[in-house]
Amino acid sequence: MRDTPLSNCERLFLLKAIKEKKRLDGRQTYDYRNIKISFGTDYGCCVVELGKTRVLSQVSCELVPPKDSRPTEGIVFFNLELSPMASPAFEPNRQSELLVTLNRQLERCLRNSKCIDTESLCVVSGEKVWQIRVDVHVLNHDGNLMDAASIAAISALSHFRRPDVAIQGRDVTVFGPEERDPIPLSIYHMPICVSFAFFLQGSFLLVDPCEREERVKDGLLVIAMNKHREICSIQSSGGIMLLKEQVLRCSKIASVKVSEITELINKALENDKKVRKEGGKFGFAESMPKERITTLKRDEAPVEMTDVKETADDIVQRTETTTETVPSPILVATGTAQIGEGIVNSWGLDEDEDDELQTEDRKTDEVVVITDSEEEEVVILNDQKSKKTSKQK
Amino acid sequence: MDSSVHTSLLERIGDVVLPGDLLFSFSPPEAGDANPKADRLICGPGLRRSGAEIRVCRAGVLKHKQPNMYWVNCQQRRYVPAKGESVIGIVTAKSGDVFKVDVGGSEQASLSYLAFEGATKRNRPNVQVGDLVFGQFTIANKDMEPELVCIDSCGRANGMGVFGGDGLLFKVSLGLVRRLLAPQSDLVSDLEKMFPCEMVVGMNGRVWVKARTVQHTLILSNLLEACENMSTAQRHTLFRRVADGGI
Repeated sequence: MRDTPLSNCERLFLLKAIKEKKRLDGRQTYDYRNIKISFGTDYGCCVVELGKTRVLSQVSCELVPPKDSRPTEGIVFFNLELSPMASPAFEPNRQSELLVTLNRQLERCLRNSKCIDTESLCVVSGEKVWQIRVDVHVLNHDGNLMDAASIAAISALSHFRRPDVAIQGRDVTVFGPEERDPIPLSIYHMPICVSFAFFLQGSFLLVDPCEREERVKDGLLVIAMNKHREICSIQSSGGIMLLKEQVLRCSKIASVKVSEITELINKALENDKKVRKEGGKFGFAESMPKERITTLKRDEAPVEMTDVKETADDIVQRTETTTETVPSPILVATGTAQIGEGIVNSWGLDEDEDDELQTEDRKTDEVVVITDSEEEEVVILNDQKSKKTSKQK
Repeated sequence: MDSSVHTSLLERIGDVVLPGDLLFSFSPPEAGDANPKADRLICGPGLRRSGAEIRVCRAGVLKHKQPNMYWVNCQQRRYVPAKGESVIGIVTAKSGDVFKVDVGGSEQASLSYLAFEGATKRNRPNVQVGDLVFGQFTIANKDMEPELVCIDSCGRANGMGVFGGDGLLFKVSLGLVRRLLAPQSDLVSDLEKMFPCEMVVGMNGRVWVKARTVQHTLILSNLLEACENMSTAQRHTLFRRVADGGI
């Protein structure tokens, strides 16, 4: 299928906007589009969204005999594919110039910079080594495939885990992921590509060009750099002439961008590790935004049924405990009666007074039954006792 | 028969229909019908007749227009050429007397140099490869390639022809285009209230805008693309923020 051609007024308007340092989506000159990194369910699967450009990266491994020239090093293989879904201009099984350029650039960026420790992939020297294969698929093309592909590849390599291997003499045992935890790869550094588009004979410079800006550009400069400010590769294409001061300035801008992107990748990897450790949900489905028209995802809602009996028992116990508080006022009343009888027992005197005490006992019973006004009579009784004692003397 | 047919159809106006749904099946009209025109039913886009049945062939909302036209509104981005529709095309090639124009469909349309206003063999229009043309389809069926003209039936341009210096062309979905081209479109009036602008809307999803400055043109294009999935209140809020200079 043929791609939509670019009209003259579109080209003129874009160049005019670039002269005024304005971009189509309102970005500044040195801004990247919104980068989103999400990981799949398995280790080594990663999708990177750079604005509307989407790239999928998958890492796999197997044991193979090593090359004769390097018997103690593992093999790292890169493959980038332009899916027909990405753009109408991409056709399957057709080696276009763009595909060769991207593949070669990715290989130079990641392999020749020695970012992966290939000697740690050796199992038996000369006989068995690990071969790491990185497949990068472009899902949607909206410009700047090189940056998205490099971010996807390095994120997938950092996320990947290979099976554990045990060697005893001549025996080599490969354990499955259930038997032993897989081992992450040994990665020295993270080289990341930053693309610069030049316009109007190199007079104007843009970072992260989108698809329409790529069509209008004069030339493209790709700088691969890691966060230690080491340049891994530089490639210029498009037939432009650049001064070396321009390249130096681009490398300074690239170092800032690479630091930001490396921090973003590390944050994404840490989030994914934390989610997997806590037993939470991970994978592509969880990163899909909810409440969208084109996305439908609904969680199953489990209903708790095992605690029904215990809940009912708790309710019954609460009812019983409230009834226990009812008898206590009766006890209080009983306590009051006992106190009255105690007063009677404290009066122990002679026989003559016993008769008087008996009458007093009756009166005290009446006192207990009636109100406080009877207590005054009790006081009167005490006065009578004092008079009797004076008569006896 | 017609009253029962329209009644059964009118009950489903506004419903979401799926491909394969059977709207209704009708029996052949009797010989003694007094008003044969009332029995006629026009199937719009999205509906298809197969024998005595009318079925839905596209997912969307069933719509109705008096007296007897029914169609299905659906959301898509790919354009299928239809006769009489005005589109924005990009001239891709010039072969002899005919220009090849890309309209975003499955095939390129052809445009004769005599289809411009006042064009003769001596007086040829100034059309270059890559120019934008606003034209209308005169032939658009599935059996042959579509054909564009830039004049109406009286021979006048009526706003059609080559255009496009100093503006921005971008692509939106066909649903948004229909909203823009509706007679009482408050979307267009709201936009023109913010900035004075010039806008050409093609039925194939292409929109060309031009405002006083580059910044205004960019704001307009971004607003138009953002308004596709917004309600009226959300759009007014966004427009107020843009007018205040918040974005």
